Amino acid sequence: MQDNENKSHENDNDEHHLPANGDNGTESHDHDHDHDHDHDHDHVHDHDHDHDHDHAHNHEESFISKYIFSLDHKMIGKQFLLYGLIMFFVGGGLALLFRWQLAYPERPVPIIGASQQYIDDGEVVTAADRMWEKIFDSDKEEWLEVNMPSGVIEPAFYNMLFTMHATIMVFFVVVPILVGAFGNFLIPLMIGTRDMAFPVLNMLSFWLAVLAAIIMTAGFFVPGGHAAAGWTGYAPLSADPQWTGVDWGQNLWAISLLIQGFSSLVGSINYITTVINMRAPGMTFFRLPLVIWSLFIVAILLLLAFPVLSSALALLIFDRLAGTTFFSSTAEGGGDPLLWQHLFWFFGHPEVYILILPGMGIASEILPVFSRKPIFGYHSMVYAMITIAFMGWIVWGHHMFQSGMQPGLGTFFMTTTMLIAVPSAIKTFNWLGTLFRGSIRFTTPMLHGIAFVSMFVIGGLSGIYMANTPVDIYIHDTYYIVAHIHYVVFGGSLFAIFGGIIYWFPKMYGRHMNDTLSKIHFWLTFIAFNCTFFPMHILGVGGHMRRISNPMQYEFLQGFQGINIFITMSAFTLGFAQLILLYNFFWSMARGKVAEKNPWNVTTLEWEAPTPVPHGNFAQIPTVYRGPYEYSVPGEESDWIPQAQPEHAPATGGD
Amino acid sequence: MDIWLPENVSTFGQGVDNLFILIYWITLIAFILVTATLIAFLILYRHRPGHKATYIEGSTKLEITWTTATTVIVFGLALLSYPQWNRIKSPTELPPADVVVEVSAKQFNWDMTYPGPDGEFDTEDDLQLENQLHVPVDKIVHIRLTSVDVIHSFFVPNLRLKQDTLPNRFITVWFEATKPGRFEIPCAELCGFQHSGMLGYLTVHSQADYDAWKAERWPPQ
Ligand code: HEM
Ligand SMILES: [Cu+2]
Ligand SMILES: [Cu+2]
Repeated sequence: MQDNENKSHENDNDEHHLPANGDNGTESHDHDHDHDHDHDHDHVHDHDHDHDHDHAHNHEESFISKYIFSLDHKMIGKQFLLYGLIMFFVGGGLALLFRWQLAYPERPVPIIGASQQYIDDGEVVTAADRMWEKIFDSDKEEWLEVNMPSGVIEPAFYNMLFTMHATIMVFFVVVPILVGAFGNFLIPLMIGTRDMAFPVLNMLSFWLAVLAAIIMTAGFFVPGGHAAAGWTGYAPLSADPQWTGVDWGQNLWAISLLIQGFSSLVGSINYITTVINMRAPGMTFFRLPLVIWSLFIVAILLLLAFPVLSSALALLIFDRLAGTTFFSSTAEGGGDPLLWQHLFWFFGHPEVYILILPGMGIASEILPVFSRKPIFGYHSMVYAMITIAFMGWIVWGHHMFQSGMQPGLGTFFMTTTMLIAVPSAIKTFNWLGTLFRGSIRFTTPMLHGIAFVSMFVIGGLSGIYMANTPVDIYIHDTYYIVAHIHYVVFGGSLFAIFGGIIYWFPKMYGRHMNDTLSKIHFWLTFIAFNCTFFPMHILGVGGHMRRISNPMQYEFLQGFQGINIFITMSAFTLGFAQLILLYNFFWSMARGKVAEKNPWNVTTLEWEAPTPVPHGNFAQIPTVYRGPYEYSVPGEESDWIPQAQPEHAPATGGD
Repeated sequence: MDIWLPENVSTFGQGVDNLFILIYWITLIAFILVTATLIAFLILYRHRPGHKATYIEGSTKLEITWTTATTVIVFGLALLSYPQWNRIKSPTELPPADVVVEVSAKQFNWDMTYPGPDGEFDTEDDLQLENQLHVPVDKIVHIRLTSVDVIHSFFVPNLRLKQDTLPNRFITVWFEATKPGRFEIPCAELCGFQHSGMLGYLTVHSQADYDAWKAERWPPQ
């Protein structure tokens, strides 16, 4: 403690000598002010005489303003995390339901379903049979009876399940956790400031996301069922209820995504402003940790991409409710179904990079820390991300090679898509370079970081097959794509998320997650993940279409039933493994080993803040003297030099 | 159980398969190299007491090397694919047709319309069959694809041919089958609640069989 206080004093002095930016100027002034306005920065005053923990005490907050309508970026980040985790289990549950149908088509789902004997001759055997008897007896049409008579998944319900699985995973799990949770928690802490630029907007962003999730969930219970046109919502299937029988489900889907888009927009403006304006003194752009770079770039992508989806959704709602024909090419209409695809993928491709860039950022934090080495090629890592962000706008047509888009355009999009694989490869090589001659510690976050790299390699390589137009003719709309998606988004983004949660948990909740449980979760997840998704490549090469509810209807797919059963079993194992994470998460929050301030010996600023991080984050805004990855610097005793540690001889500070 | 590409029976299919196999080897080698390096590094550079990590910030030379190498490989792949892609899909390289069939997708069937002996559509001798596509072997077949409702996708795995069908638009694709037989035509684009099970059959006849089939459908006057 004593050490820290001394360090703060040094920072304090240096601060006045440095070319401070505006924010810092205000900070120093605050110092001499009085206590009476309840400004976030006030507790700074105490720091000379008190323990770090006491800073929080100045803030007497009600439960509501602290935990619900909080303006604190850390609380909002944790809210997003909880939100994402809850939706993760909803989305995962849906997947297990349709996986059952794929392995055992037309057979009742266990636990919910009636027994075979009941179906065959009406004889009640199990408790579920009794439930079904009641449902069939009752006069009103029950939800279960419509969607799963006797517990067998109806084809229309099947479409609804995979549509909502993907929608929820993309829009309500991965983006909220990566961008909402990590973005909120990490940006102010890692750039060394007290909060986001617009705390109220930040809160708005979270509560809009909650509203969107409520509307999305409500869609399951409206007459006609939920949206069933795929997460890509291709028109005209999605544009007119007559094609699917889905009425308000699809409308709610569109409205919910509109709101979610608004939430992202608000959040992204906040992130961009914060990163540009509120960096601590000395924190130049090229001293930003890579995860902040990735979140900054993603915020720009979100800002530019989401409005495109919103316009498409608005047109879709007009088509559905006001009788316009933007997406249908009837004689009197004048619209075009391909317009939807262009708009959707113009948004959609940047969106998939939104899903992976923060994952790359998290891996780029974890790998150096546990190799005790600087990240290899910091600048090329940054430029690779910027290149991806720019090129991401000119590859959307690779989703439309077989759509009827003019084939000449396919040639163009194949070329750009092939080229965008280059920065991804660069990043992979740099991660390998980071391990080279390191001193690698196999902590659980590191295991996830390594898994991220190796799984991303598989996902990136499978992308090459589909980028190749002639090969894509064959594998488009097959399980090959399903394998690709899951290797990049689950193998990539989700492993990064798990690793990130375990890595930052001590800073977030002041405790460690239980390491034994984390390790069990990791290995189960890693193995079950590969058993679930790797065989999908084989299905895809065999021509197995995606989005079909019963492969046994096709002669050429009969031979794959064994693989489908294996995949389903692995998927259930994978789902089970996530319960361990859930349990560990909540258990550790209350009971985990109490964490020190900087348990992993990390250089970046979030670890300078006391644990638990008080309102306002830092006793004293830190000053940054160096880049974020100074590990094992030659001639140094310690194998890490914090970004905020001044140069050695105290005298060199002044001029 | 077969875990590789199903049998190919079209003239251009071999080109697709060759590209697939080429990419397969490239990506397999890349994967093995990367993974072997990764595992080697994890073992060699695991933390041991007394060993310190080496401070390395990067290497411009390496960055340039691997950027160039990957660019050359992926760009080379793109160059190899252009002719195959154009051969299969380009409207300007469409070979002249021996046989034309119109295929109209509707929830949840393929309507196959044959022009009959006069070779013209929308005439009296047109023949419409549901889900049955009959063509001769070793002849160039044009399929005029369209849809009456939503988007479907005409997929013949054994021909390595896939093309979405669009309402109110005609897209012509072609193929030349190299072997008689019966092959499935699943729909590959989600098109509604019975998308799963939307299935037609392609029957490739030997020339003699095909003539017989024609004679049966359009008895000579
Ligand atoms: C190495 C770079 C990559 C290449 C070359 C690549 C290529 C492609 C191509 C060509 C498709 C369309 C396939 C088709 O519909 O026939 C595709 C689909 C997809 N990719 Fe990638 N991809 C890459 C990386 C990523 C990353 C990093 C992500 C996300 C984290 C991603 C997520 C997706 C998703 C979600 C789809 C499927 C969308 C759908 O149809 O539902 N890809 N990719
Ligand atoms: Cu894409
Ligand atoms: Cu279909």
